[in-house]
Amino acid sequence: MLIVENLKARIGEKEILNGINLRVNAGEVHAIMGPNGSGKSTLASVLAGREEYEVTGGQVLFDDKNLLDLAPDIRACEGIFLAFQYPVEIPGVSTVNFMKTALNKIRAHRGQPALDAVAFLQLMKEKMKLVEIDQSLLSRSLNEGFSGGEKKRNEIFQMAMIEPKLSILDETDSGLDIDALRIVANGVNKLRTKNNATIVVTHYQRLLEYIVPDFVHVLYKGRIVKSGGKELALELESKGYDWIKNEMATA
Amino acid sequence: MTTIVSNTDLKEKFSKAFEEAQGLKSQLHKEAFDAFQNMGLPGTKTEEYRFTPIARLLEKNFNLDEIEPVPSGINSVKDFLIPDLDATVLVFLNGFFSETLSSSINNIDGLKISKLESALASGEAADYFQKLLKPSDDPFTALNSAFWQDGIFIHVPPHTKVEKPILILHINDVVDRQSIAHTRLLLVVGEGSELTLIEKSNSTGDHSIFHTFAEEIAVKENATLNYIKIQNDDGKLHQVANSLIHQSAQSILNTFTLTLSGALIRNNFNIAIDGEFCESHFHGLYLLNGSTLADNHTVVDHLKPNSHSNELYKGVLDGNSKGIFNGKIFVRPHAQKTNAFQSNRNILLTDTATINTKPQLEIWADDVKCSHGCTTGQLDEEALFYLRSRGIPLENAKAMLLYAFAAETLEVIKKTELKNYLDQRISDRLAKF
Amino acid sequence: MAKDNQVLEEFTSKDYEHGWAVNLETEESPKGLNEEIIRFISSKKQEPLWLLEWRLKAFQHWQKMEEPKWSNVTYPKINYQDIIYYSAPKQKVKPSNLSEVDPELIKTFEKLGISLTEQKRLTGVAVDAVIDSVSVATTFKDKLKELGIIFCSFSEAVREHPELVKKYLGSVVPMNDNYFAALNSAVFSDGSFCYIPKGVRCPMELSTYFRINAANTGQFERTLIVADESSYVSYLEGCTAPMRDENQLHAAVVELYAMDDAEIKYSTVQNWYPGDKNGKGGIYNFVTKRGLCFGDHSKISWTQVETGSAITWKYPSCVLKGDYSMGEFYSVAVTNNFQQADTGTKMIHIGKNTRSRIVSKGISAGKSQNSYRGQVRIMKRAVNSRNFSQCDSLLMGDQCGAHTFPYIDVENNTSKVEHEATTSKIGEDQIFYCLQRGIDEEAAVALIVNGYAKEVLNQLPMEFAVEAQKLLALTLEGSVG
Repeated sequence: MLIVENLKARIGEKEILNGINLRVNAGEVHAIMGPNGSGKSTLASVLAGREEYEVTGGQVLFDDKNLLDLAPDIRACEGIFLAFQYPVEIPGVSTVNFMKTALNKIRAHRGQPALDAVAFLQLMKEKMKLVEIDQSLLSRSLNEGFSGGEKKRNEIFQMAMIEPKLSILDETDSGLDIDALRIVANGVNKLRTKNNATIVVTHYQRLLEYIVPDFVHVLYKGRIVKSGGKELALELESKGYDWIKNEMATA
Repeated sequence: MTTIVSNTDLKEKFSKAFEEAQGLKSQLHKEAFDAFQNMGLPGTKTEEYRFTPIARLLEKNFNLDEIEPVPSGINSVKDFLIPDLDATVLVFLNGFFSETLSSSINNIDGLKISKLESALASGEAADYFQKLLKPSDDPFTALNSAFWQDGIFIHVPPHTKVEKPILILHINDVVDRQSIAHTRLLLVVGEGSELTLIEKSNSTGDHSIFHTFAEEIAVKENATLNYIKIQNDDGKLHQVANSLIHQSAQSILNTFTLTLSGALIRNNFNIAIDGEFCESHFHGLYLLNGSTLADNHTVVDHLKPNSHSNELYKGVLDGNSKGIFNGKIFVRPHAQKTNAFQSNRNILLTDTATINTKPQLEIWADDVKCSHGCTTGQLDEEALFYLRSRGIPLENAKAMLLYAFAAETLEVIKKTELKNYLDQRISDRLAKF
Repeated sequence: MAKDNQVLEEFTSKDYEHGWAVNLETEESPKGLNEEIIRFISSKKQEPLWLLEWRLKAFQHWQKMEEPKWSNVTYPKINYQDIIYYSAPKQKVKPSNLSEVDPELIKTFEKLGISLTEQKRLTGVAVDAVIDSVSVATTFKDKLKELGIIFCSFSEAVREHPELVKKYLGSVVPMNDNYFAALNSAVFSDGSFCYIPKGVRCPMELSTYFRINAANTGQFERTLIVADESSYVSYLEGCTAPMRDENQLHAAVVELYAMDDAEIKYSTVQNWYPGDKNGKGGIYNFVTKRGLCFGDHSKISWTQVETGSAITWKYPSCVLKGDYSMGEFYSVAVTNNFQQADTGTKMIHIGKNTRSRIVSKGISAGKSQNSYRGQVRIMKRAVNSRNFSQCDSLLMGDQCGAHTFPYIDVENNTSKVEHEATTSKIGEDQIFYCLQRGIDEEAAVALIVNGYAKEVLNQLPMEFAVEAQKLLALTLEGSVG
């Protein structure tokens, strides 16, 4: 589904990704871990198409299409979903209105007819349950005045609505208490099918107890320096990132 | 600008005074006087002076053709100093620099201080004089530029941290008769240098005072200036100060203007942020009673990107006093990433006090964060009740809340002795409300 | 960013939707302005002598006045002798009902999306249509008549209800109030008149649709709405004009008069031709709108969505004379290309316990200049009064300007005035968030701008809200900051 080859990117003069290689197949969950500043969020942003980052090398294929050639909204239509680490607030725009616009744009891209208000509301109700999100939250302005947990739940709600092929969860666990974490993780797990894939970007192993990855990659200084199964996350947790840093230093 | 001279009489009196005055024969003086004659005095139809009837008051309260220096018997400035503050003191008596009352101005911390006239004669001040304030900018800048007879030039050489603040005392002694004075300040804070300058005006006597200031200040790259004005003249001062501070890249400016009394105080205070990554903290406080009119017209002009300005002016108005605030923020094209904030808050204590405020934003760049807020109201009844329910008498409760309201403006003051003094002055005044 | 420029480019080449002109046969006065022209207009309208005298007096005032220079707009000097002050679609006989109205005229309004045929019309809106200088049709008149509501063209009101017109004409905006109001008072040709009797809640929205059609003409209409005690009316105003290379002057006067416990809600969607992308042509919209809350507990609310005109100069105001009276002003002003808008409001608090609220949202794009100018004045007598103002500006691109000029004058110590203003641009992170959810850039801007303006759009009656939202999206299509 996703093939990343030797991807390099920078912001301003600063090189952040120094040659990432990654292959994600349908049905898989990949975790990307790494110390602060290793380039985890940059990778997520570059895949979603944030313009501040300049891609300086490599390529990304998504369902055989050259992802880097696509505008961010087209990437979304093609099936890439980024759950933001810091979802932005947009005053005056209700989540319902926002989601309806987005969903119908994506449906149009897929050649599906637009949902009418009734069908949309029905779908929304169904998905709301999944992330235990309150209706009142959705009629408020998008993310405005939401708590950290509410924002993250709203991201997963949107993911449920859109049903993307590849979901990238950028530090979705940050700022969540244990109950919110469980709800968010449950939501993600329920959305897993053999046809979609998930990339979980996280600093801590904690989230991976709930969203069990098939593969774990360790990102350090803009490169994937170690890959393994879910046990790698546990090893990282017990040994700490210094373990990686030392290993890299001696290598 | 549409200006009116309240009558030709007034204009003629200034003409007569100009012709008869000694020492005003330079080309610059003459050009400035022409500029003044062209503009005339602003009337209340003039947008920038619509609430400040200065021409009328000048006509009513002054013999404008009488401009000879007023003698003074003051021989000690002890009463006018700031307690516990170790400062270099420069004294102006009725607009003229007094060497005998001032500290010795030779070689303080490597500073250069001289009378403006001699600095102009020696060429030291020529690069700066009338470069920031042009006579045509404002009728009172023109008037000052035409009539000024004395002033001070202060130059802080590059990379000099001046530990001892400079305190300029403007003392008006009008025990015997009225005084008309026009004073200038020219200050250059060199690259990477630091200075604290305090200007304090006081008066004694019952006659009228008309005093204009033209103050040109350049703050060079990486320099820091703390600039404090304390306007505390009793009685009949009519004052118009035009001040312009020009900031170069990465400079830091902290200003605080405290206005406590006087008949009419007009401050035209402009800051030109002409370099990137500057910081400007621009605070003012007016605590007025009686029939004092205090008019603060401020401009923060962002000419270059990436700078930050924060303006906070507050006022408490009692008696028949009148407060005017006009704050302009300009963000010029290309001054992207500017952060400019402005806030003007007022409390009216009586039904006879008035406030006219006009906070104004003019923005020509899109990637900026600018806001202004302005409120006029009273003390918070709930807070007042809370304090009283804890056993604090109404008067004390009011003073406490007013103090809390006012003291926020003192945040820019770093020097403890100065802060204590200002704090005391504010508390004293609020206790009288 | 190159991409933004490209999108901006697309946007600026966007055409004005209502830019067509129809071939209506018109009857016009000669160009120019003098007493003869005023007599001509007055006699064309078969006016009583008192009104002619009123016009002539206004003209005398106007001749002594100077065109105001204080606003933040620039335009070449207007030659007032080069304007046609009266133009009326020619009709052989005065139509007694709609079937007799010139079919071309009916078509004009169909094109504007306004059907004058009552059965086709949405129930709930009565329309008075003014083309060039004259009111051509008023719908639902009979139904309103049953309730005692008078809703007709100004000329008809002068004929049928002279006592009302005489009493209230100029009572809120005196003939010599300002330069453009004086000009209007001298030459106004038609407009709408509305009277709601005591205790009546007008059951439908009343609406006037203005259209400038003829070339070289100015439009000078007058609207007068009087709401008697405890009555309520909601009034809508819309306008368009054809694309013409020369500038056309529109100087209207609107007077609202609210008695005890009465409420008037006045909504405008202003979409006059704004000129082309190089700033050629477009309407000069110099309008005086003022409401008098004469009675205690009366309320006047202005809502405006300003997207058109080359230059807008208008300050719908409220004079809060009655105790406990209330004034509101909700405004969205969008400028693009070379448009200039200097708009805002005045809230004059005279009565006790008066309240006012101002919400202004300015959006500037292209090379436009957008100014908010407002005054809140609390007079000494207006004890316990309150005002809250929120003035926000949104900039798109770095060649436009946003300006805020609020005047706040308070003369007593029991009142509270709060003013807040912010200037910002559409956040890149907001746009990216929308993009990431599959919403394209144009739609994202429309969504965000509509969200930004929501507080104002919410004030519009349903029929107008949808139109206004579309208009905003259309005007700003592609102008990404």
